[in-house]
Amino acid sequence: MKWSEFFTSSVGKKLVMALTGLFLITFLVVHVSLNACIWANDGGIMFNNAAHFMSGIVIRIVEVGLFLGIFLHIIQGYVLVFSNRTKRNIGYNVPMGSKGSAWYRKSMGLLGTILLLFFIIHWYHFWIPSRFTGVEETFIDGKPVHNLYALMQITFQELWVVIVYVFACFSLCWHLIHGFQSAFRTMGISNHRYLVIIKSAGIAFAIIVSTAFAMMPVSMYLGWVK
Amino acid sequence: MEHYIMNLTLKVWKQKNAATKGSFETYQVKEISSEMSFLEMFDVLNEQLIHEGKDPIAFDHDCREGICGMCSMYINGRPHGPWQGTTVCQLHMRAFKDGDTIVVEPWRANAFPVIKDLVVDRTAFDRIIQAGGFISVNTGVSLDGNAIPIEKAKADLSFAAASCIGCGACVASCKNSSAMLFVSAKVAHLALLPQGELERKTRVLGMVAQMDKEGFGSCTFTEACEAVCPKEISVTNISRLNAEYMKAGLSVDNSD
Repeated sequence: MKWSEFFTSSVGKKLVMALTGLFLITFLVVHVSLNACIWANDGGIMFNNAAHFMSGIVIRIVEVGLFLGIFLHIIQGYVLVFSNRTKRNIGYNVPMGSKGSAWYRKSMGLLGTILLLFFIIHWYHFWIPSRFTGVEETFIDGKPVHNLYALMQITFQELWVVIVYVFACFSLCWHLIHGFQSAFRTMGISNHRYLVIIKSAGIAFAIIVSTAFAMMPVSMYLGWVK
Repeated sequence: MEHYIMNLTLKVWKQKNAATKGSFETYQVKEISSEMSFLEMFDVLNEQLIHEGKDPIAFDHDCREGICGMCSMYINGRPHGPWQGTTVCQLHMRAFKDGDTIVVEPWRANAFPVIKDLVVDRTAFDRIIQAGGFISVNTGVSLDGNAIPIEKAKADLSFAAASCIGCGACVASCKNSSAMLFVSAKVAHLALLPQGELERKTRVLGMVAQMDKEGFGSCTFTEACEAVCPKEISVTNISRLNAEYMKAGLSVDNSD
């Protein structure tokens, strides 16, 4: 068996989704942890310091890997969704609906598309200014750092932006509830002692991470952090 | 439960052959007993159609006791009808009420083309089995069944997987038309037993390759297959298949 045969088989393609998915989950842990620094409520000093640390050379290299992971996950995801759709040309007159399978399990492509659209808005708001077009600077201990905290405060003054972010977090939650446990099963975990832990951990992770992300724009908009 | 008689409206898929386009036809069936099986109700309808000089409805059936895997009707939006863990032949008319409209469709998947009406071609499953769903044994006197000790827990899991009757409801229910529940049941059944060890790697690689070639989709763990499986095969077998595939796919040597 050639490597190309392995990774282009239906099982191999799913393995790529699982591995990139889990890699993106580790990124979410870093992202949500650093952003949680806004709740130090110290005028953004802790958050700006953390954001500055993330602009080092090592993180720059990791970022390239992150983008490769994201795009591989997106492209492979669409390849799978569209190829799976071609397997049934004539559909049912009475659809199965949610008999036996919850809606979000069957809507990973839709939820992923919502997240992709959100990423474009999100990159436009923060990543592109931070990397390319420039962000206003502030001084911490005499050295200049990007004042991303101020950028967050300005961005989240708009109600529609807050609504878009909260909606994206809702999609992220459902995407993770299915994706987290599905990734491990795709990698071959069949032991029920572990599956019970993985399923519970996946639901907890999805709810905690997406709620934390959703509360960030809400906190800024309502002035809970200043 | 009290016996009762019902009159029903049936909307059934009629299609002359694979080359022609099919459509739904509506039939009225009268005086159906609640004690009849779903297929007996179809027998009554077909007798009526034959008397009227019309073409009877073609449908697959054989044992009519839930073990052969031939019956295959998608009834009111669910393969094998509304009952859990039941084949169509074991579905009884007491599942329905007088005056109900029942919609009956064939399995839908490109890998299962319609032969006629409700009969679909499931030989793709046979070719997947031929690609590795077997074990090699020496000819001669048959061995004593207990000659090889097998751990009870594994024997039970293997037996549960082996109870797959290959009806194809998993494919019919899956939004991806994936055959993974069927293939994984066959792979897990043999991988859990010492007898399956000899062809362990070539089996899973061969069966998955044939499954892809037949045009079935990939598994996204929606679990619809497990919900409709008349033998209640567990999706955990799909995890087993994935593990088997990875072990084999990452370790086989292709130097020869």
